Amino acid sequence: MSELAASTTETPDLESAKAKALAAGVKPRKYGGWYVAEHRLLSMRTYLQTMVATGVGTPLLYLYAMGVGLATLVDADQGQGLDKVSYLVFVAPALICSAALTTATEEFSYPIMLGFKWNPTFFGMNSAPLEGGQIINGVTYSVLFRLVAQSIVYYLFMLLFGAIPSPLGWLSIFAAVATGTALGTMLMAYASRLEEDKGQFNYIMRFGVIPLTLFSGTFFPLTALPVWLHWIGWISPLWHGTELSRVFAYGYSEPIWLTVTHVVYLVALTAIGWWLARRIAVRRLNK
Amino acid sequence: MVVVSASKSPVVAAESLTKKYKDFAAVDGISFEIAQGESFGFLGPNGAGKSTTMRMVGAVSTRTSGSLSVVGLDPNNYGPEIRSQLGVVPQADNLDTELKVRDNLIVYGRYFGLSRSYLGPKADELLEFAQLKEKAKERIDDLSGGMKRRLTIARALINDPRILLLDEPTTGLDPQARHILWDRLFRLKEQGTTLILTTHYMDEAEQLCDRLVVIDKGKIMAEGSPAALIRKYSTREVLELRFGSEHNAAAAKKVEGLGERIEVLPDRVLIYSDNGEATLQKVTETGLNPITSLVRRSSLEDVFLRLTGRSLIE
Ligand SMILES: Nc1ncnc2c1ncn2[C@@H]1O[C@H](COP(=O)(O)OP(=O)(O)O)[C@@H](O)[C@H]1O
Ligand SMILES: [Mg+2]
Repeated sequence: MSELAASTTETPDLESAKAKALAAGVKPRKYGGWYVAEHRLLSMRTYLQTMVATGVGTPLLYLYAMGVGLATLVDADQGQGLDKVSYLVFVAPALICSAALTTATEEFSYPIMLGFKWNPTFFGMNSAPLEGGQIINGVTYSVLFRLVAQSIVYYLFMLLFGAIPSPLGWLSIFAAVATGTALGTMLMAYASRLEEDKGQFNYIMRFGVIPLTLFSGTFFPLTALPVWLHWIGWISPLWHGTELSRVFAYGYSEPIWLTVTHVVYLVALTAIGWWLARRIAVRRLNK
Repeated sequence: MVVVSASKSPVVAAESLTKKYKDFAAVDGISFEIAQGESFGFLGPNGAGKSTTMRMVGAVSTRTSGSLSVVGLDPNNYGPEIRSQLGVVPQADNLDTELKVRDNLIVYGRYFGLSRSYLGPKADELLEFAQLKEKAKERIDDLSGGMKRRLTIARALINDPRILLLDEPTTGLDPQARHILWDRLFRLKEQGTTLILTTHYMDEAEQLCDRLVVIDKGKIMAEGSPAALIRKYSTREVLELRFGSEHNAAAAKKVEGLGERIEVLPDRVLIYSDNGEATLQKVTETGLNPITSLVRRSSLEDVFLRLTGRSLIE
């Protein structure tokens, strides 16, 4: 036995096995992340109806309730609406971001818990040629796909409601997607670490995301809050996304450095969360 | 230098392979080689380190020390390449319950970069092999345990693997489901697929393995074909006597010297001898009256008992 191990000459059939392996590794190494995304999108089909219903229903309901219903009160009271525009125009760029945030919160948490724990398909992917980083990439691609699709639909409804005065309005799609990924990839990193689900995500939703939505300048400007609460906005991806979205949608005026800060903050959070999630996934799969 | 004939070159070679979790060595310096086309087993009780070994061979778990080569490559650097040549049946099923039976195969095949047009017919062929053709459109949750295992095996074959790794393939299945599964594995073996399997069932090891290692507490205790191991570590036959749990130890004292070796278990006394009937005769001559007596052939269970002083299934 040890004689075999010590012999360095490899036999022809082992050489050919090796060559075959090296060739078969090329495609998975290159496209592995896309295979995972393809799988995730196929899984999303199981809740396609829910996805379409929320994708269409949410903008319709929110834009109508806030932008038309509540707006009659706000606009009458303020004369000019908020921020010198009608309440509809003020609130719509925030709503598109908040919808993206809600979707991202779901898509970056449950599928991750599912894949590592409840129905550990990630271990199956890893037994095939895929690597931990590719699995995280694939999940991220698929969520990006859904976020973009959903935000485009939202944007079209905003147009329909007459909520987009600026020609740059379509860029609020970018603001919305970045809002989703900024918080979402962080959640993905957290979910990748989570060994047990004791309802942490419900907590995050109820005591994290919903308060964020209330205090991130969504329904009223951050400046309406006492100064000692402004920090919530400053750390909140939703506030940065919303402000950015307003700049695009109706030319909300703020210093250019602040606009750049929004973009940098959202992109940086996305990148850090993504990178962390990849590291954690690789470590978790390698038992 | 030894000239190794082509048919004997190892597709898996491990030398002092070790995996430690903190200070605990789950796999403690094992060396083995597996040839192409061979059916090789790791037989050992729970916690022996079988799954840990399989994960290292499967290139998903980094070894702590030692050397390991799978299809001539080091898993530390060539994980995806090695895994492209493997089919893996893990100890716990991880089929995707969100997808239908057939889609599970196709999606898995995509991970290897295989095209959808290739995978369609391939999936049908494998469903046929796994006797799951009628279940193609079913949900995973509606399959029985045996069907899930067969589907997992079908999934592992989607890339025509050079090596099939099976971690306790029949644990938790009823006898009928086990036999169906063994039959399928036997076919693969006949077709020349290299099988590497772990089990704590000695009958499974005897049925499926050309060669096996007995593993306990992370170490290899013995290596050989099932028949050779039995020949080396046990007698041809075993006489099993029950005197009632209170009396077993006392009775064992009296029959000392009969047969080649005696093992006293909580519920029975085993006397190892090449002729069980003759030994039973001698036992009755001593005036002892066992409640039940049974003569059987030696098995790998006896080998394990001899090597470790414990039985395989606790
Ligand atoms: N990820 C892990 N962390 C710590 N200990 C582990 C881990 N995996 C396995 N072990 C330990 O290593 C030993 C061998 O486990 P395993 O390889 O699963 O045994 P087997 O498959 O033979 O039952 C056991 O004592 C187990 O508790
Ligand atoms: Mg195990």
